[in-house]
This record gives sequence, structure tokens and C-alpha cells, in this order.
Amino acid sequence: MVRSGTLILSVAARLLLPLQLLFSVFLLLRGHDEPGGGFIAGLVASGAFTLYFFAYGRGALSKMLKVSPRDLVAMGLLFGVLSTLPAWWMGEPFFTSQWWTIPVIDFKASTPLIFDIGVYLAVVGSVLTAITALVDTDHADDSRD
Amino acid sequence: MQLAILAGFVVAGLAPLLHRGFGARTPLLMAMLPAAFAVWLASLWPVLADGESLLLEWAWVPGLDITLTFLIDGLSWLFAMLITVIGTLVLVYAGEYLKGECDLPRFLVVITAFMMSMLGLVLADNLVALFVFWELTSITSYLLIGFHHTDPVARKSAQQGLFVTVGGGLALLAGFVMLAQAGDSWSLAVLNERGGQLTGHELYTPMLLCILIGAFTKSAQFPFHFWLPNAMAAPTPVSAYLHSATMVKAGVYLLARLHPALGGTELWEVTLSLVGAVTMLTGAFLAIRSINIKLLLAYSTVMALGTLTMLLGLGTEGALVAFVVFLLAHSLYKGALFMVAGIVDHETGTKDVTAMGGLRRVMPRTAVVACVASLSLAGLPPLLGFLGKELMLKSVLAADHYGGLILLLAFTGAFLTLAVATIVLLKPFFGPRVETPKTPHEAPAGMLVGPALLAALSLLFGLAPGTLDTLVEVTVNGLGAVEANVHLALWHGINLPLLLSMASLVLGLLVFRYWDGVRRRLAWLDPLIHRGPERGYEKLMAGMVWVAEWQTRCLQNGYVRNYLVMTLLVLLGLVGHALLVRHPLDIEMSIDAYFHEVVVAGLMIAGALAACVMRSRLAAVAAVGIMGFSIALIFVLFSAPDLAITQLLVETLTVVLLVLVLFRLPRFATLSAPAERWRDLVVAGSFGTLMTLLMLSVLNGERLPRISDYMVANSQPLAHGHNIVNVILVDFRALDTLGEMFVLALAAIGVHAMLRFHAAEYDAGHGQSGRRGNNG
Repeated sequence: MVRSGTLILSVAARLLLPLQLLFSVFLLLRGHDEPGGGFIAGLVASGAFTLYFFAYGRGALSKMLKVSPRDLVAMGLLFGVLSTLPAWWMGEPFFTSQWWTIPVIDFKASTPLIFDIGVYLAVVGSVLTAITALVDTDHADDSRD
Repeated sequence: MQLAILAGFVVAGLAPLLHRGFGARTPLLMAMLPAAFAVWLASLWPVLADGESLLLEWAWVPGLDITLTFLIDGLSWLFAMLITVIGTLVLVYAGEYLKGECDLPRFLVVITAFMMSMLGLVLADNLVALFVFWELTSITSYLLIGFHHTDPVARKSAQQGLFVTVGGGLALLAGFVMLAQAGDSWSLAVLNERGGQLTGHELYTPMLLCILIGAFTKSAQFPFHFWLPNAMAAPTPVSAYLHSATMVKAGVYLLARLHPALGGTELWEVTLSLVGAVTMLTGAFLAIRSINIKLLLAYSTVMALGTLTMLLGLGTEGALVAFVVFLLAHSLYKGALFMVAGIVDHETGTKDVTAMGGLRRVMPRTAVVACVASLSLAGLPPLLGFLGKELMLKSVLAADHYGGLILLLAFTGAFLTLAVATIVLLKPFFGPRVETPKTPHEAPAGMLVGPALLAALSLLFGLAPGTLDTLVEVTVNGLGAVEANVHLALWHGINLPLLLSMASLVLGLLVFRYWDGVRRRLAWLDPLIHRGPERGYEKLMAGMVWVAEWQTRCLQNGYVRNYLVMTLLVLLGLVGHALLVRHPLDIEMSIDAYFHEVVVAGLMIAGALAACVMRSRLAAVAAVGIMGFSIALIFVLFSAPDLAITQLLVETLTVVLLVLVLFRLPRFATLSAPAERWRDLVVAGSFGTLMTLLMLSVLNGERLPRISDYMVANSQPLAHGHNIVNVILVDFRALDTLGEMFVLALAAIGVHAMLRFHAAEYDAGHGQSGRRGNNG
């Protein structure tokens, strides 16, 4: 069902994808203080990938992503669990947030941010898994039709 | 220490890697782990000998009073020592026994993990931690029993062991919760000081019964004894470990551990001593019916576990001393005997004791070890087993409740055990040489060192029981007999226990002499035994499957609308009940809205109505979309930008997903009867009403202090974030979010699996014609 779409869609997808991804990272990073956060950013990124996917198809998406969407889910979970470790190391209760300031760029790094990256990846992975699975079944049908 | 145990689990996981590097020597390498633990425990002994106990604190979930604190007193020290020492020997033995087995790395992983779980179990001070380790032993022992996973019998036995012990584990959890409620603490050390408060508590009876079910299932007490002999499907090193010092002793350990807290009441004494005595007799009786050497030993383990439970039930100081000595004696000789059984099986190729004989000439060293260990099992002097049996008989003679009955059961158990010991020793090793499937040779040193050491300890402790005085005294202190002053000796003069011992010797030898006849005479009991508790277990399992099938047919018949109706009805019932019955409903309605708010609300209503009546799917999706976007608008109007963005994005992606799905659906058709649609209308309408009432009553009554005030006040100072929604998600409530991430991942895997495998099935099986119909 999903084939290379119209010219407008193809060009738009190609141009929009970097912008959307940039925007999603922006949302992710500022999420702690302003509207945004891992979940929303993940949805934006999934939207970007979905658009690209509709324009160029499954093969192009996998080629660009390099990893399977299911691995993204696993990586998201891994980040989520990893973010609990620093507190453990510091001898504080489970999931106590830890904050560090990175000197030169004056950036506030923290375990909630790591956790949020985990949320981001899990959301992107789940949405893309569902969408690619749906389309793959279509392909299985198409090949016989 | 805690870190060492957790690291032990990691080391267990590394076993396959080590195996790649060290090959057949890996078991020896892995044996260093329990050996190191044993050395460390031994270094603690001077502290314990002074009567001190150690509390190694470790916070885990402080908010819930859950800790990983370890309590090392005499009792846990003794158990931990047995676990580590026998564990070391079993690993050495297994290296030889499983030589050439391609699954050796897997075995090492599981048995090491089991060892660590078992250590955690006996060292844990916190009930929750103990329970976690308890369940870990159940799971790892399941993997060990089912080690030969291609064999259906092994799989079935493993599953049975798992169901019985985990089923008991559930009861145990309930018992622990009640125990913690009644004692107002999750710490065993604290609970053991609050014995009076606990035994007098109104929850005492249910809590004790639940805990007993947990302990009895684990320790294979009657009527749960049937899983233990079935577990003999495991490789022999596993049996030697699980059934001598570890798994089945966990239940006994728990009872001993809780003895100061829960013991001393009539309920405790009667239940434990009777169940223990009946188990003793059952085990000993079933043992003499068997001809399989491992089964003989397994049933005699059941008997020994019964003895230990009974002694705890008697609860006098003498009984507690007997408990400790018998426990130690049993661990030593049973570990040795199982390993000998493994050697015999390994060398002759059969487990049938009637099909072997005269092995002492070809394997003299094994025969000596077997001799010492089985004499200890028989309870003959000068071995530690004798001491254990004497002390046991002495405390039975002093029993308060049902003394005569218990004495009868214990005495019968004792002489039948003696018969078992004689069978296990004499049948394979003495008498004329019998041809066996394999030609036997003397066992390699790696297999002999373990049983030899254990047998030597049995003999040594038997000859010099004074060396155990301090250990027994310290352990008994942990059991609640604080003033105990122990002097063990082999010879107590001619007294009643000794006479009973001699009588049991004569009777036991008679049973051995006429063993074949006895077995034949008992054959008529077979159908009866066949209808025993194991049959009950099978019936229960079959019933469970039946109920599961029935309820799946009723509740989960594959139609989404049906799931929806069920879910909504259950919610309606529960929430509606809570709302209407628990709280007085007071609702004030005041419609005070701006014009634009009314417009948005109107849009939503219009969207919902349109979605219901549309006869085209695409239009219905669009109508639902209108509703979704209106909700987003509402969020914007009431200044919740995060929610609005999320809602918008979710709406967009939903449309994408729906379009993908819609494309595959068959032509729109009305499938439900009018009556069904009326029913759906009623369900949907009442659910809507319920939600409205719920919202109104939440808005109206300030029944609970608002949690959002806390979040607003603390978001910046505690979590360094201005966006409260995000702070709640990733900091205040991060654990919930983590759980949701896992749910999301599961959902994604589910979608993937359903769609992909579905498609693969079509590719493989069905032709093109059936496809469209099924897709609908």
C-alpha cells in the first residue's frame, strides 16, 4: 500500500525530517522547564519518521535508521533503567535524581534527562514498530495479490 | 556481603564465558565462589561464638521499610555454612559427573544462581527480601529439576515442583504481610523479640496457617510431599544439593527462624509435631516400597524433613538441640549418599538397587564412603546420625501433646529408615556380584572427594560431639532457647532412647531381611497411594485449565466490542459502588462558562454523536478526530500546554494508524442485532454518566488534600524544573513512568508479534481465498 508518493510529499518529507527531528530534540532538552519532554518529543520524532516512511517506504526508513524500531524500544528501556544507577552508586534511595553541571557549555545534565531520553526512544520505537508491522503485513498481502 | 551475593549472580551469568576459556575446568573455578563465602563465614565464627549476632544493614526501599539487611546469627550461619561448603563440593563433583555434557555452562549458571538465592534466603533479615530470595530459589530449582529439558518427565516434574512451591509461596506472602502488620515491622530480628504480641494477635491463626503452607510446600511436608521424589528427574549433583542442604531445608529454616516469634502456642506445637510425624512415617513407608536408589534417598529425605518439623513443633530445649544436630547430621550424610548414588548410577548405568550387587570389590573407596554415610543415616554409633536420632527420641518421649501417637510414628519412621539405610548400603555394595548395563570402575577422585569429606565429617563429629557444643548452643540461642547450655555426648548410659534405638535396629534389620516379601505384601496399597495427594494435585491443575478455558470463552472471545463492554461494566460496578455507597453524593452544578468554551464543548458532543451514526468508517474517524482536537483545545484554554501538545500529536498518529488499519477492513456492515445496540447504548450511557458524576464530585468535595499543591511547591526546589508535568513524569513519579515504558514496549512487541506471525501463518498455511474473510 505504501509506495513512493507524490513529488510534493517526497520533497516535503526530505526537507521536514531534519527540522522535525531537531525540533524534537529541542523539545526533549527543554522539557524540564518549558512545555515539552521525552514523550512529546518522541511523538514528534515518530511523526517525522512516519512521514518519511510514507514518502519513501520501508526500505529507505530502515536504511536511514540503521537499527530496527524494536531495538529502539529496548534501548529506551535500557536508558530508563540506567538512569536509576547513579543514585544507587551515591548510596541514595532508588531513583533519587542526580544533577551535574557540564562546565564549558553550562549545561545541566541529570538522571531525569537520561530517563527522558529513555522515554523518547521507547515512544519512537513503539510507534514505529506498530506502523512498520502494519505495513509489512500489507506487503505480505500485496506480494500475493 | 550483600554486594558479594549480588556479584555472585553476575558471576553465575559469566559462567558460559568462563567455560569458553577454561573448558572442563570451569566447575572447579566456579567452586571457588562458594568456597570464598565459606572462608568468609568461617572468619566470622569467633564473633558468633561469643554469643553476638551480626546485622549488616543495607537500605533497599526505605520508604516501605524494605531492606536488604543481613542477619548473621548461629542459625543463619549454620545454614549458610552448609550451603557454601556442600555447594563447593557439589560443584567439584558436578564437574566430573557432567563431564562432556554440552549443557555444562547452563548448569553452572543455574546452580550458582540457585546457590546465591539460597544464601540470600538464609541471611535475609527483611521479610520482603527473604520472600524475593525464596521465590528465586523456586525458579532456579525449577530450571535445575528440568535440566534435561528434552525429557517430558523432567519437564513435568519441574513444573510440578514449581507450582507446588510457588503456590505455597503465595500463601507465604500473605502470611508475611499479616505478620508484618501484627508485629509492626518487616525485620525478623525485631519480630522475634515481639513473640508475645504476635501470638496474642487476632491475626495469629490465619498468619500462621499461611506461613505454614509456604514452609510445608517448600519442605515437602505431608500432603505436599509428592513433588520431592518427582524432582529426582534432575541430574544427581542437583539432587545432592537441593535435597541435602538447601531447597527443601528452606521451609524448615523459615520455621526455625520464626520459632521465637510464632512458636510456643498449642496450635504451633500440635500442627508442626503432628504434620512432621505423619510426614516422617509417610516418607519412611514410601521409601521401603522403592527400588530406585535415588527414590529411596528422596523418600528418606521426606522422612528427615518430617523429623525436623516435628522437633520444631515439640519446641522444648531438648527438641531444639535435637533439631540442630539432626539437621547437621542429615545434611552431611544425605549429601554424601546422593553423590554416592550418582557414582553408582554413573558407573553401573542403572538406578535399580535390586539389579546390582558386590560393587565393593570393584569400587572399594566408594564403598567405604557409602558405608560411613549410610550408617549415619541408619543412626548407628559412633556417627553423628546416631546422636541426632537419640536426641530426637529423647525429646519425643517428653512430648506434651499426643505424645503416644507421635512416639509411635517416630519410632516406626526410625526403624524403617534403618531398613532404607541397609538397603542403600548392602544391596549395591555387598552380596554376590551382579552384571550391570555398564562395567563399573572406581569413581574418579573428583567425584569421590565430596562424599568422602562429608562422610568423614559425619564420623568426626560423631566421635567428638563435644566440638559441636558451641555451634549447637549458639544456634539454639537463635531459636529462642537463650539459656541453653549444651553438652553433647555419644554415651548417655542405658536409657529409654537407647533401648528404642536397639529395638529399631532389630526391627529395621528384619524389614531388610524380608524386604522383597514386604514390598510384595504392600503391593495392594499401590492403587490407594496412586489416589493420594498427587492425584489431588493433578485434578486441581486440570480444573484450573478448565476454568481458564471457560472464562476465556466467556470473557475474551476475540471481539473488541465484547472486551469493551466487559471492561466498562466492571469499572461501572466497582467505581459506581465506591462513588454511590461509600461517599454521600453531593453535587452542585453551576453552569458558568464563556461562549468559546461552550462552542468547544458543543463541537465535542457533535463529534461524538456523528461518530456513532456515521455509516462510513472514514467519516467516523474524522468525527472522532474532531472530538480529539476539541479536547486539545480545552487543554489549551485551561492552560495545560503539555497535555494539549500530547493530545494533538497522539490524535495525528492515531489517524495515521487508523488509516493503515482501515485499509485492511472488509466493507462496512451492520453486524450487531438491534437489541445488542440498545445494550451498548445503555452501557455507554451509564458509563458516561458515571464519569460525569465522578468529575463533579471530585471538583466539588475537597475530600483529600490536593497533591498538586505539593508538586507545585516542590517542583523547582527539589527537582530543578519549572515544567511540573515533566517533573512529575521523570522525577516524582519516575517509577510509574518506567512501568509505563515497559507496558509500551510490551504493547509494541504484542502488535509486532500478532501482525507478523499472523501474516506468516497465512503465508505458510491458508490459500488466498480464505484471507479476506478472516481478516474481518
